[in-house]
Amino acid sequence: MSAYTKAQPGSHHEAHDEDRAHELPYATQVRANRLGLWLFFISEFFLFGALLITRFYLWNVPGVGQTRPELSQELGLITTSILLLSSFFVYRGETAMTFGDRKTFTQSYLLAALLGLLFFVGVVVMEWNLFGLTLNMFGIEWFGHLKPSDGVHGGVFYMMTGMHALHVISGVGLLLIAWNRGRKGMYSVERHWGVEGIALYWHYVDVVWIFFYPALYLIGKAV
Amino acid sequence: MRTLGIIINSAYVRGLIGQAIFTFAGIGLVGGIRSAMGLETNVEPGVVLGAILGVIGFLLFAGVLTDWLKWIAGKKTPLRHGVPEGKPGWSRYLNVDVNHKVIGIQYGYTSILVLLVGGIFALVFRLELAQPGIQLLDAKTYNTLFSAHGIVMIASILLGVGAMTNYLVPLMIGASDMAFPRLNAFSYWVGIPAVVLILSGMVVGGWDTGWVGYPPLSLRAPLGVVLFLMGFYLNGLSSIASSINLLVTVSFMRAKGMTPFRMPIFVWAAVATSLIQFTATQTVGVALTLNVMERVAGLTFFNPTNGGDPVLYQHLFWFYSHPVVYVFVLPGLGIISELLPVFSRKPLFGYKWIALSSLGIAFVGFLVWAHHMFTSGMNDALRIPFMMATMFVAIPTGVKFFSWVATMWEGKLSFETPMLFVLGAISVFLIGGVTGPILGTIPTDLHLHDSYWVVGHFHATMFGGFIFPFFAAIYYWFPKITGRMYKESLGKLHFWLMVPGFWIMSLGQMQIGLLGMRRRIVDYEAVLGVQGTQVLITIAALVIGWSVLIMVYNLVSSARSKEMAVTNPWGSRSPEWQIPYPVPEFNYDVPFEVVGDPYDYGLDGSEYVHTQAAPVPSGD
Repeated sequence: MSAYTKAQPGSHHEAHDEDRAHELPYATQVRANRLGLWLFFISEFFLFGALLITRFYLWNVPGVGQTRPELSQELGLITTSILLLSSFFVYRGETAMTFGDRKTFTQSYLLAALLGLLFFVGVVVMEWNLFGLTLNMFGIEWFGHLKPSDGVHGGVFYMMTGMHALHVISGVGLLLIAWNRGRKGMYSVERHWGVEGIALYWHYVDVVWIFFYPALYLIGKAV
Repeated sequence: MRTLGIIINSAYVRGLIGQAIFTFAGIGLVGGIRSAMGLETNVEPGVVLGAILGVIGFLLFAGVLTDWLKWIAGKKTPLRHGVPEGKPGWSRYLNVDVNHKVIGIQYGYTSILVLLVGGIFALVFRLELAQPGIQLLDAKTYNTLFSAHGIVMIASILLGVGAMTNYLVPLMIGASDMAFPRLNAFSYWVGIPAVVLILSGMVVGGWDTGWVGYPPLSLRAPLGVVLFLMGFYLNGLSSIASSINLLVTVSFMRAKGMTPFRMPIFVWAAVATSLIQFTATQTVGVALTLNVMERVAGLTFFNPTNGGDPVLYQHLFWFYSHPVVYVFVLPGLGIISELLPVFSRKPLFGYKWIALSSLGIAFVGFLVWAHHMFTSGMNDALRIPFMMATMFVAIPTGVKFFSWVATMWEGKLSFETPMLFVLGAISVFLIGGVTGPILGTIPTDLHLHDSYWVVGHFHATMFGGFIFPFFAAIYYWFPKITGRMYKESLGKLHFWLMVPGFWIMSLGQMQIGLLGMRRRIVDYEAVLGVQGTQVLITIAALVIGWSVLIMVYNLVSSARSKEMAVTNPWGSRSPEWQIPYPVPEFNYDVPFEVVGDPYDYGLDGSEYVHTQAAPVPSGD
């Protein structure tokens, strides 16, 4: 069980560094990072869980059952698809890095970040209708009409999408950081915890949306 | 002059300057945008953004984020250890440092300072309560003071828990530091702007919601409530980060041979605490966020006039705020279990049961939150199950009490100050414990809800579960931290003032509660017949306040004395006492191996910590 031992010179990828003599060996540190990140996910599970509870508590009308606001189903489906697609590219990029294919890695992460940004725009600019626009094309309502002041429906919808969007935009930032560091050649096949951690985070944010999407768009009677 | 320079250039001062600049920038930004858009004057959105930016400003200016920003920019960021060159050793404590011992001590003195602030609030409104009628404070100030007393004390306790877990756990398990040293520093430093936010909330109008911040009252309280809610939120952030750090540290950095059931018992308590902290804290975060958003952004969650439900806030709030009392008491109970065998010279009775009872308390603590809501108008069907679950808390807690008694039984007890505080803690926690079921039972709770009985009960649990053990821990590990011994006479004086003072205060509060004195109210009728007890409570509170000041004097003056303490004054078997003062930067220059059970005091030939004979050569 005692993974902590004094740093061994051979286990260091780079030359032995006096400053790092007392730090954990890289392999142990990565395992610690992994556990820390998963504990963070469990912690965040309670955050998103509490928001879901809020939704099912407040959108439950006695005698009617669960309700939901009238939202643009097509827009929701499109943004959800974009987010799921971005997770594929993150997976592709991370796998490429473990095989040392830096070019595929940087391309995939950049693409995933752009898709994430697109999702963010889809939610915050179009669904929230930040600029008060209207556009009806191909029979799809491209800008939402639910306002934050629309009772509990507006409140919960804006809170849940907002909290998720905050995670998405920070994830986009992290993906871009990984892309930038990857471009500069700072990751190797042996040492690329940053790539792995950010990929895990992105998948997590994705999974949260898989629960949020039906809760907001599908479950309950439209009012 | 040089000293002054170091203080002015410390992370605290730089951080506060940063917080001020960023806060006003945020307020100005939102104010400018709103006036440009022609919206009506409303300072609150600006204050919210200003508060968020202010925290970032504090962390930026203090230098907490420097390494992470460098990492983003793609630079190398080796950890900086040791005293910065050309500066005195004490300057480390005023600046961002990644060593867990430094951070633990930073937590410690911040906790005591914040404790004094919260204590002064209590003494001020206690003086007001000594007589019926309005003498010192108007109702508004009184409301702000008792609300601030609650949340400031909670901040202090969380800091104190951080002090004990950060300083002790890596030492006890034989780790060189925490698993994530920078995150550890972040957890501490983010608590400072939190306290600043709470205190500044008192200046800008105060708030009258108590520390619970229930809507719809919080929706129409003065501006201060927003800053209070955000400060509370930041305390939670600090908790989550430090608890994840601790869990990973205990998982990966234990010394050779230190299997889970050979860890010092305090580590078990710290683990159970962290398990609560890193999960439940998120739900109160949601409750506070929704509350702020409802006030500031016009979203609807809790206001019944717009279709919201205030009971939902109480559910989300107590899902954290009940378990969090176990966050406060579990480390304290761990300290009691840790110290009793040392001063009884006997093995800890039922080590495994104590270890598991901490986890048991943590688990049951998640199932009882609605016992705070028997009178809230929640679904009646929930009341009986929550009453039953509440009674189950007594089982793991009882395990601890009986184990403590059995540990002392026929032991060779000695009564130095830490032991006195441990015994005081047990007596006070017993008072708090046996007055709890009366509140957990529905019929009696309906009568006693929001009365001073509740005040007496939870002050007894907090003092018995945290304050007394915390003081015991401070006295006990003081020679380890400073290399000096505190003055025993002053320590004993502190104890003999504080324990009777507390008994009188707590029992008095319960008595006037039974007579009908309500919580959170500035005035009471003379015909209630509680004035005599109120005067006694006020005097007792003043005595407690003075006794704490004696401790502060004792600690400061002893730390400055020239006489050094012996290495292991208590004859402890714990690894941190086996090495002389000062503890090296990375704790154990010579790694140790655990070869026996931790508490086999008085057993011939038993060994816990076995230090390898030949030192491992450092470097290459």
